[in-house]
Amino acid sequence: MNNTYAIKAENLTRQFGSFTAVDQISFQVKKGEIFGFLGANGAGKTTAIRMLCGLLKPSGGHAEVAGFDIFRQQEKIKQHIGYMSQKFSLYEDLTLYENIRFYGGVYGLRMSEIRERAEDLLKKLGLTQQRNLLVKSLPLGWKQKLAFSVASIHNPEIVFLDEPTSGVDPVTRRQFWNLIYEAAHGGTTIFITTHYMEEAEYCNRISLMVAGKIKALDTPTGLKTQYAAESMDDVFLKLTQQ
Amino acid sequence: MENTILVQQISKSYGTTQALDTISLQVRKGEIFGLIGPDGAGKTTLFRILTTLLIPDEGIATIAGLDVVKDYRKIRTMVGYMPGRFSLYQDLTVAENLEFFATTFGTTIEKNYDLIKDIYQQIEPFKDRKAGALSGGMKQKLALSCALVHKPEILFLDEPTTGVDPVSRKDLWDMLWKLKETGITVLVSTPFMDEARRCERIALLQKGKILAIDTPEQLRKSFTKKLWAVSSNAGMYKLIHDLDAYNRTNSAFAFGENIHYTDKKEEVIAEGLQQYLQQQGHEQVAVKAIEAGIEDRFMELMSNEHE
Repeated sequence: MNNTYAIKAENLTRQFGSFTAVDQISFQVKKGEIFGFLGANGAGKTTAIRMLCGLLKPSGGHAEVAGFDIFRQQEKIKQHIGYMSQKFSLYEDLTLYENIRFYGGVYGLRMSEIRERAEDLLKKLGLTQQRNLLVKSLPLGWKQKLAFSVASIHNPEIVFLDEPTSGVDPVTRRQFWNLIYEAAHGGTTIFITTHYMEEAEYCNRISLMVAGKIKALDTPTGLKTQYAAESMDDVFLKLTQQ
Repeated sequence: MENTILVQQISKSYGTTQALDTISLQVRKGEIFGLIGPDGAGKTTLFRILTTLLIPDEGIATIAGLDVVKDYRKIRTMVGYMPGRFSLYQDLTVAENLEFFATTFGTTIEKNYDLIKDIYQQIEPFKDRKAGALSGGMKQKLALSCALVHKPEILFLDEPTTGVDPVSRKDLWDMLWKLKETGITVLVSTPFMDEARRCERIALLQKGKILAIDTPEQLRKSFTKKLWAVSSNAGMYKLIHDLDAYNRTNSAFAFGENIHYTDKKEEVIAEGLQQYLQQQGHEQVAVKAIEAGIEDRFMELMSNEHE
């Protein structure tokens, strides 16, 4: 890939019957950027993410993800991205190692690669001793860290994180963010949604969706200046209540 | 003031997992009391015990003087409970759900309409829509209406703001303060530390134990160290990394665009720290003394528990 953008969207639109869930959104995400994708419940975030991940065909517009067209190359996109959601990420009744092996397989890695990366990953998380424990026996914070690592096992160009830190204690939440920083530092693009407005400030840039449209897009500092707000919480309230 | 919820030395285990470990607390009549803690802290278990849905292994709990084990029938008519998971009938309409809850408690919507009016009016235009087809914010308003329709004395809300955007969260807290004015006692849980300030008193919960109980203001003030906000132009990743490597760092946690820093030696540190960061290649280094928030205190208490 020779361009500098991991995601390019132009007038991306999706309708469900007469309802326009995503209404001509345009934005770019740079490679290695941590991009916060915020919005009220029902603003169209999930629909937009599903299109970008190649899970839903848009009704109109253009978009490229990791250099692939979201209309024609959905399968290619799936191989080049990672996805982690708060609700479902790991199989509770499989061991740590089995989960890694499963996802490695899903992402098309060879067995030798899976073995090698599983060792690296467990070592990095300090979970080598726990490799044969069932995932359900892990504390939530560890599960989330493991889920993130598993979502990146195939060295994807972009990782989509859908409210990854919901309900996690404040210390573990910050450890999780250290993993995100590290991945971004290594060149992985991070596309993240969160309801913790203070976390939004850890992103390089943030977009804010209201009723299907992107209403603002800037750095956290830029948004606070533009809306004369003290915090991102303020920015959010001002933008969504206009 | 009169206590309406009294919890004494309550413990509860599920198999080998201790969900609650000798918890004690009191909630005053008419108070908005918050249980603040992450998943697995024991918030839901405590709610289920207080709403008579679960029997504790040890300890005593009373609601308005009634025992949660022996007097469960009476208590159930007096309390409203909004569980963390959306618990309404998805295939019934908005109006049918409300009707169902009113009838179950032997009352009618009309009789207590005043209490739910402010909240219910916002969803009344959708009263013929199935509950399953509502948006997150509307579901929450319906669930709250259903929990209130029998005019409870005490309202239990388990994580009403989880998965909800900041606007709906603010709406909910405004509604709770209005309910307080009618004399209802509110026990509410949340994993969002910043919501602590919307409560009159809070208990910080972690792994089945209470770390502290106080007003949000007092809890903030009980932070024991001097706290500094540190920023530079080098980005969060490098800043955290370099602060973790600094030999005087006691703690360094990201908070929004700053790092909250405490020093091992507690002396005036601004200059030394500034110098160190500049040596590491940071520019526009700012080090500024600040007051601690609830989250700072929560993390301080967590680290004490680990020691």
